[in-house]
Amino acid sequence: MSILVIAEHDHRALKSATLNAVAAAQKIGGDIHVLVAGHNAADAAQAASKLAGVAKVLHADAPQLASQTAENVAGLVTPLAGAYTHILLPATGFGKNIAPRIAALLDVAQISDIIDVVSPDTFVRPIYAGNAFATVQSKDTKKVITVRTTAFDAAAATGGAAPIESLAAPADAGMAQVTGQDLTKSDRPELTSARVIISGGRGMQKGENFKMLEALADKLNAAIGASRAAVDAGYVPNDYQVGQTGKIVAPDLYIAVGISGAIQHLAGMKDSKVIVAINKDAEAPIFQIADYGLVGDLFEIIPALTAELG
Amino acid sequence: MKVLVPIKRVIDFNVKVRVKPDGSGVDTANVKMSMNPFDEIAVEEAVRLKEKSIATEIVAITCGITACQETLRTALALGADRAILVETGVDLQPLAVAKLLKAIVDRESPQLVILGKQAIDDDANQVGQMLAALLGWPQATFASKVDIADGRATVKREIDGGLETLEMNLPAVITTDLRLNEPRYATLPNIMKAKKKPLEVIKPDALGVDVTPRLVTLKVVEPPKRKGGGKVADVKELVSKLRNEAKVI
Repeated sequence: MSILVIAEHDHRALKSATLNAVAAAQKIGGDIHVLVAGHNAADAAQAASKLAGVAKVLHADAPQLASQTAENVAGLVTPLAGAYTHILLPATGFGKNIAPRIAALLDVAQISDIIDVVSPDTFVRPIYAGNAFATVQSKDTKKVITVRTTAFDAAAATGGAAPIESLAAPADAGMAQVTGQDLTKSDRPELTSARVIISGGRGMQKGENFKMLEALADKLNAAIGASRAAVDAGYVPNDYQVGQTGKIVAPDLYIAVGISGAIQHLAGMKDSKVIVAINKDAEAPIFQIADYGLVGDLFEIIPALTAELG
Repeated sequence: MKVLVPIKRVIDFNVKVRVKPDGSGVDTANVKMSMNPFDEIAVEEAVRLKEKSIATEIVAITCGITACQETLRTALALGADRAILVETGVDLQPLAVAKLLKAIVDRESPQLVILGKQAIDDDANQVGQMLAALLGWPQATFASKVDIADGRATVKREIDGGLETLEMNLPAVITTDLRLNEPRYATLPNIMKAKKKPLEVIKPDALGVDVTPRLVTLKVVEPPKRKGGGKVADVKELVSKLRNEAKVI
């Protein structure tokens, strides 16, 4: 097998999702190359070369790769694909945007969001919002795969010393341009890799009330998440959303505050090691999967919890 | 401007799916089916473009069994002008669907294809991107706002870290995300009118597309059950259990 992992990065550093994708590659087995496509991305390429288990880093650097549009990344990867049996991307917004485009250009199926590798051609993936797991076998000679990051423990970030090979980037496809970005700034751990997450739902009633969750999050060094209802109501930005079509998380501790527990939300967090639910409705479905449920008024409970943690 | 809206008939999002004990798949017999929620959002966006006189014709299309005609009739009731069913009983996977849609795009020449970002049954999130690749068109996925003017689309996309604004020339493919719009309900008069709108049925052979599946499903199982229902009486007990029993803090 020879596997190309397409790194997710911000040009300066690798995103943690890349390490989970490399871990999945290691489970498939074979030579692993990592592609860093970006602009002024030498630092990211250096970081990739230090990953344990990586044989080579390919580094393509050009202004037209600065925004990592699907058209330009797919245009770079497709001519390289001949050398590989597998092409892996993390199942993040970045990976999901690009992987199918690559697969179609190669005329192969794309396998989304794998949670396990059974063999180099057989994988397990969730369907129906994770209410069923399908084991699928690919008959294509090349497999293009996105990897659910929470299903594979991150590969070691150091220990490797792979050579970095420079690649020329094709000209700008000229099809789509990123003209603006509005990114949430936060000092908190990243939602998808945080050890502890505190998530607020419709029960929070106002965006301002999330400050209460932040005080608790400070005590636990937690990330803040939200249900779709909270995002739709404008309490928090869209990138806080945990769920079937939002972020998939599996922290050691997930505290669901004022969240009823719709199927679609559970899809995003039911692999958490420990689930705590706080809701004034004793019938809320979230209690059915919570390890520790506390029925009561979150506006009393959260401050009390914060105080109890010293 | 002609707009093509691919839609999919799926198990209704409220249904708790049941995995068949023989491991062959999910039970769909006698289960409520609906238009994929993300595709409803796509239909709504197309109708709004028509109401703004940006779109001149909306063509809804789906690929699947005869019963999918119901879903097309719903799209017609919501405001699509015409519908196409590519009829087949084959297990259609995203690559095949993208190829069928490409054949239809070649025939219909829409300036915009707008569809849901993912179907809530297979959760694949692939067709839009694959179609764009096969057509050599730009793509804007996970759209939460769409503006069309002067042959260009400006799309706000939901990305991992927040929002991104993407601009592209038409023709293009856009996939919809949850917050793009809130779909309307079909009114009874419109449901009645929809019965008379044109619905064409075509076979994949007629489009010259090979729809053979590339992935074989070996088995479908339920995920490991999670024990839940544990309760604590108060904050003190919660903290104590988290510290001493669960050991997560």
